[in-house]
Amino acid sequence: MADEVKLYGVPGSPYVSRVTTALKLKGINYELVVEDLSNKSADLLKYNPVHKKIPVLVHNGKPISESLVIVEYIDDVWKGVPVLPQDAYEKAQARFWAKFIDDKCMPAIFKTIGSHGQEQVVAEAHEQLQFLENELNVKGKKFFGGDNINLVDIAATFIAYWLGAAEEALGIKVLSKDKFPKITEWGGNYINCQVVKEGLPPRDALVGFFKKRFGNA
Amino acid sequence: MEKVKLFGTWSSPFVKRIVWALNLKNIEHEVIYEDLANKSPELLKYNPIHKKVPVLVHNEISICESLVILQYIDETWKNTCPLLPKDPLDRAKERFWARFGDEEVLPSFFGYVMKKGKDQEEAKETTLAHLKRIEQLLSEKKFLSGESFGFLDIAFGWLAEYSHPLEVVAGLKLLDEDSFPNLCAWKDRFLEIPAIKESWPDQETLIAKFQESKDGSGK
Repeated sequence: MADEVKLYGVPGSPYVSRVTTALKLKGINYELVVEDLSNKSADLLKYNPVHKKIPVLVHNGKPISESLVIVEYIDDVWKGVPVLPQDAYEKAQARFWAKFIDDKCMPAIFKTIGSHGQEQVVAEAHEQLQFLENELNVKGKKFFGGDNINLVDIAATFIAYWLGAAEEALGIKVLSKDKFPKITEWGGNYINCQVVKEGLPPRDALVGFFKKRFGNA
Repeated sequence: MEKVKLFGTWSSPFVKRIVWALNLKNIEHEVIYEDLANKSPELLKYNPIHKKVPVLVHNEISICESLVILQYIDETWKNTCPLLPKDPLDRAKERFWARFGDEEVLPSFFGYVMKKGKDQEEAKETTLAHLKRIEQLLSEKKFLSGESFGFLDIAFGWLAEYSHPLEVVAGLKLLDEDSFPNLCAWKDRFLEIPAIKESWPDQETLIAKFQESKDGSGK
């Protein structure tokens, strides 16, 4: 019996992109069920009653919520290209960095966007980004996952693509190339991966979105 | 011979989780108690990003973040007392709820105890709503992980161990048996697990510790 895989989401969401990247990496056929976030479907509310958010993966009728939990689930169920390392310590490191990105980097970056690049806010985001820059420096490889992308690269999707669009929309600079050469290079490599590229929304649409959402009042 | 060190404080619920997991798996370890007002150079070396406890150091390599550490322990010492279930969907559910616990339930519960006046009233409503969800999870289940205890019970173990001291400090009863019969039964079951029972700190000391924090928080 074929697997039924549905992904509830919107094409412009970086969290949905994390999941589509993992699905494509494993070559899984899925159906994207596009949600109207201002009018959430009964199905979405049924499948994610706690947070009522996207993405939600529904695999043979069973829902899984929270993007990084979903990505680990995908890695657990479908063999093939690994998303997480095999070694327990390497796995722990990957989970640590993915959590760091979610808990520290993303909120700091969102604040820079919300504040229109206010100096102090950007400085705080830079503190967090510096840890990622150092990690790439120490690793000395193309990706956080080494020669291939892994959970950490996937967690940092926003930084690779969405952030640039926000910067352009608002005329701000957060991820400057001279301060963060490694992350800049990483971002370019990451969005060039076929499995990532296919799941990205068009850049001008994204810039338009940020302009509309955060543009000058 | 494996060398396992745990950097922590005796009162942190996040550190406690690791002590429980190490005891459940019979892993010999040394606990290094930190003074958080005066962190050791070792702690800062092993957790340079967050500078927090707990940190597990296994043969000189360090792992940080309590839920990450729990999974590392489970994957490294696989043969005794497995914590996470085998089924991927069950694993995903436990990871989801553990995250919910840490991001929502624990902060609201501790926040409720520490706040005063109107802030406390608001925090109460949020906390009760969260607790109702966990109560629901336990309907038809002995433990959060199912028939026997596991990762999710350890993740929520703070609720079993710290609820009474926190209630005393707040002068309120949050986990009452009429509203939360499943949670109360789970709490007793959890605290009876031998490895948990033996790690139980002195309740009076915990009460004194939390009272001190509440009085010191001003307003």
